[in-house]
Amino acid sequence: MPIHDQGYRRYEGRREAHGHTWLVITRAGIMERLRERKFLGLLLFAWLPFLVRSVQLYVASNYPQASFLNATPAMFRDYLSQQGVFVFFITLYVGSGLIANDRRANALQIYLSKPLTRVDYVVGKLATLLIFLTFVTWVPGILLLLMQILFAGSLAFLKANLFLFPAITVYSAVAVLMSAFTMLALSSLSKSRRFVAVMYAGLIFFTAAMYQALRGITGSRAWLFISPGDVLDVIGNKIFRSTEPQNYFAAALVTVVVLLAASVLVLERRVRGVEVVT
Amino acid sequence: MKSVVQLDRVTVRYGRQQALRDVSATFPPGAVGLLGPNGAGKSTMLRALLGFVVPDQGQMRVLDLDVKHAALQIRTRIGYMPESDAHIPGMNAVSFVAYCGALSGLPHSDAMQRAHEVLYYVGLGEARYRNVETYSTGMKQRIKLAQALVHDPDLLFLDEPTNGMDPKGREEMLELIRDIAHNKGLSLILSSHLLPDVEYTCDYVVVMDKGTVATEGPIASLKEHSGRVFELRVKGEAAAFVEVLHAAGLECHETEEDIMRVFVPGTGEPDGQDARRLFQLAATHGMQVRHLRASVPTLEDVFARAVGER
Repeated sequence: MPIHDQGYRRYEGRREAHGHTWLVITRAGIMERLRERKFLGLLLFAWLPFLVRSVQLYVASNYPQASFLNATPAMFRDYLSQQGVFVFFITLYVGSGLIANDRRANALQIYLSKPLTRVDYVVGKLATLLIFLTFVTWVPGILLLLMQILFAGSLAFLKANLFLFPAITVYSAVAVLMSAFTMLALSSLSKSRRFVAVMYAGLIFFTAAMYQALRGITGSRAWLFISPGDVLDVIGNKIFRSTEPQNYFAAALVTVVVLLAASVLVLERRVRGVEVVT
Repeated sequence: MKSVVQLDRVTVRYGRQQALRDVSATFPPGAVGLLGPNGAGKSTMLRALLGFVVPDQGQMRVLDLDVKHAALQIRTRIGYMPESDAHIPGMNAVSFVAYCGALSGLPHSDAMQRAHEVLYYVGLGEARYRNVETYSTGMKQRIKLAQALVHDPDLLFLDEPTNGMDPKGREEMLELIRDIAHNKGLSLILSSHLLPDVEYTCDYVVVMDKGTVATEGPIASLKEHSGRVFELRVKGEAAAFVEVLHAAGLECHETEEDIMRVFVPGTGEPDGQDARRLFQLAATHGMQVRHLRASVPTLEDVFARAVGER
């Protein structure tokens, strides 16, 4: 081949089979975020409560006079509940631009002209957010359980509360899926990540305020289905076998399903190679 | 392979608007121009072939694969350069093109290597570490071509590839397209409303108008006309004279430079008789002939006749 003709040559190498394309999207999404120092700072900050709880477990295990700090199922539930703040901020930071940025740059027609389906694209984007959210909920939750065993030097607590492993897993999954699906659906509605972030924050705060107002006026908790945060609270009470009243659990579950279904519907309509306006 | 793309009675509707009407066409291997005015249905055809738009009726085959059932296999083997500005946000050129390669199934290291090669090929070698969002319009066109080429497709869909480029950039882009089609062994479909672009790069053309195929065939044979072509400029009511020419059985269309191109069907008469006939028509209708010159048929003539006949 002459030197001047080396600019383009046919490719004869290996090609990956279809089915793993979403991983390429997820990997790129994760790497892009991890290059940002601000985001790394946020991730590290999200682990501070884990450190505090670890110290609590250590003290409770080693100093009998601090037995009031002993691990209880409620402690794990409270910990995951507190992590909701970080779930909110990470969802805003990572999720708002996931599809909105692609829509702004007309990237969807690039993506969908490659050998990947719309489902691959959505799964790839969703997984990016899910991995980060899991990293600040389920991962530290399970590690905290391990810390308790490690510091206590026995499996007694775990044996007495065997439900904690599935409880942490299910609660984290519900919290993470609700946030990720809702944010992804909102992100597909706009070309501006800032607008999406405002929409998401508005949705969370406005619905919570509405619920509190309606609850105050009617004296009934039946309105909780309008507030995703309170829905999660009800589900958490049930999963962690809280002593608080566990009414409306079924309604909360239905709300979660409806929210996820609505998000999928929005994504189905908005993630397309071309936008057809008739 | 007889053809790279086949459409059989394809209809695409956007609401009540029919963008493609019962279109049947065959695109042979090599460089094929998809020519037509804005709104003719060129981009819709490409989008339907990519699976972005589902036809209301008809069948389409790309590289002998059915678009409806083998969309992913097809997309592994084609490259698409969209008309509008499109990129993956937040990436530099190498990352963007390598990412597109990985999305197309290339292993990461191969995708990266090919990204460098392809970026050099399209003339962005020196700017490959710059963020794509800082690129000029011409550079963005080149990077769109690079992302379409990175996985070494068998067939390229190029939608208005010279849009917004300066004359030098446009010339370079056309050279690239010509090289891809004629020296690199790739087939391509070039959608454009610019006749010179298609004439320079393609061997075969499909002319579209109002959602249908007006004509198709090898450019060389379409340009063969059994008759003569004249450039004509008259002083007076040119529009009225066009009607006179039509009434006399002569095809005629006006160009941008106030010159009309007149097609005189072959009559077997000796040279000079056709020109004499035009002079006589002008004299009879009181028109002054200011310019009359024999010309050679161009793709513009083919286009004007195909679209004008409808």
